[in-house]
Amino acid sequence: MRVSLWAIGAAAGVWVAMSTGLAQSDNPVEEYRRMLADPFANPGFLFVDEGERLWTEKRGPKNASLEQCDLGLGPGVLDGAYAQLPRYFADVDKVMDAESRIVHCMVTLQGFDEAEIRRRAFSTRDRKSELEALVTFVAEKSAGQPFRITLEHPKEKEAYALGEATFFRRAGPFDFSCATCHSNEGARIRLQELANLRKREQAIGAVATWPAYRTSHETVRTMQHRMFDCFWQMRMPDMGHGSEISVALITFLTKNAEGGEVVAPAIKR
Amino acid sequence: MRRNLLAAVAVLALIAHPAAAEPRHGVPTISQERLLEAMKRSFNYDRLSPELRARLDQDEMQRLCTEYRNDPPADVAERIQKAAMESVVFPPDGKFLGDWRRGERLSLDGHGLRMRDDPRRGVGGNCYACHQMAPKELSYGTLGPSLLQYGKLRDYDAEAIRDAYIKIYNSNAAFACSIMPRYGTQKILSIEDITHVLAFLFDRESPVNKD
Repeated sequence: MRVSLWAIGAAAGVWVAMSTGLAQSDNPVEEYRRMLADPFANPGFLFVDEGERLWTEKRGPKNASLEQCDLGLGPGVLDGAYAQLPRYFADVDKVMDAESRIVHCMVTLQGFDEAEIRRRAFSTRDRKSELEALVTFVAEKSAGQPFRITLEHPKEKEAYALGEATFFRRAGPFDFSCATCHSNEGARIRLQELANLRKREQAIGAVATWPAYRTSHETVRTMQHRMFDCFWQMRMPDMGHGSEISVALITFLTKNAEGGEVVAPAIKR
Repeated sequence: MRRNLLAAVAVLALIAHPAAAEPRHGVPTISQERLLEAMKRSFNYDRLSPELRARLDQDEMQRLCTEYRNDPPADVAERIQKAAMESVVFPPDGKFLGDWRRGERLSLDGHGLRMRDDPRRGVGGNCYACHQMAPKELSYGTLGPSLLQYGKLRDYDAEAIRDAYIKIYNSNAAFACSIMPRYGTQKILSIEDITHVLAFLFDRESPVNKD
């Protein structure tokens, strides 16, 4: 199954590339972007299907499904849940993002080992991540719905503040903070355009388009991966999956993207 | 007294920081100590080597520039610039210009210092990430100013060469809280590497100075 998903993903990627080449458009870049926006050419939907299987199948030491997982709107309620995360959960007395909450459910409902799930949170060439598929499945259930996080609970307010403070904190051999690249208008790194994540419209463009199938990674990547990858580029040590800082940053960015509609799964380079 | 001073600094910070215009959502203030604690927990500090642990800590420049969000008051800016200037070590043989070809390679190379990067491959300057340099290279970033014709526009002047060396070695000597990495002070590039990059900017034969 794992192998076949890779194969289908790769084949779909090739198909995107070939279709683009054959399109004979006056503007090949626009044509490529149009192809990327075509849901039938987006391998991300394969991950939605795989995620649904992983969600509903009885698995793990407790031989249970995730169908009773409470993502904030009550056990088993998926519709719109992703658009209202991160949020405070009383049962753990902390703020969790979608990925952290799914991990929590895999541990409590199915009996999986938390450290093991986190070690496998991001796909590599030889190892598929179940979590990426699960997050994509959950996010797709909020597609088209606006991000809305209330920051009502004091711990949600604190997470936002911690995320904002992190965004501006300079450290590491390059003295970078998130703001170094993401608080400017119309700037690029090489040819890559950089979003000003302090501005609502640009924050929406960034936050609302994860999880996304990344053609260059041949898998779906999530917000947790985006945070991890940015810190890697900043020459920082590895950010812990689901760590306090990661959830705080995602809270800050999601609040900045308030009202933006979830596009899941998106597709990107 | 101390409290008053802090209050005054806080008010100044609110005036000076463009971020003050952002929605506050009634959120609390996070102290730098609280933030560092969260960083250490989130990046598995206890399991890191001393070199990686140091990346989570902040030196004085990083701390001050974080505090003032890169817009420090005049006296703090002056302090940052002075300390930066004092950190600059000049080439021992007094020769500022190395090999522009090696400088070009360093300017293109973004490898190094990331987790799992191979140390044997060395560390690049990655100048093109933020600057336009030689006209033929179209994949350049715009976070920094264009450096097209950099030497030519300055008549290959000795003082301009020295100033550029200082900027690369420690950008904060020229501009407090600059977003450009401090290549010499932070030991990203060696003194020799910096002279190669400088040659890429100032050698008359360098493509940077050709049309």
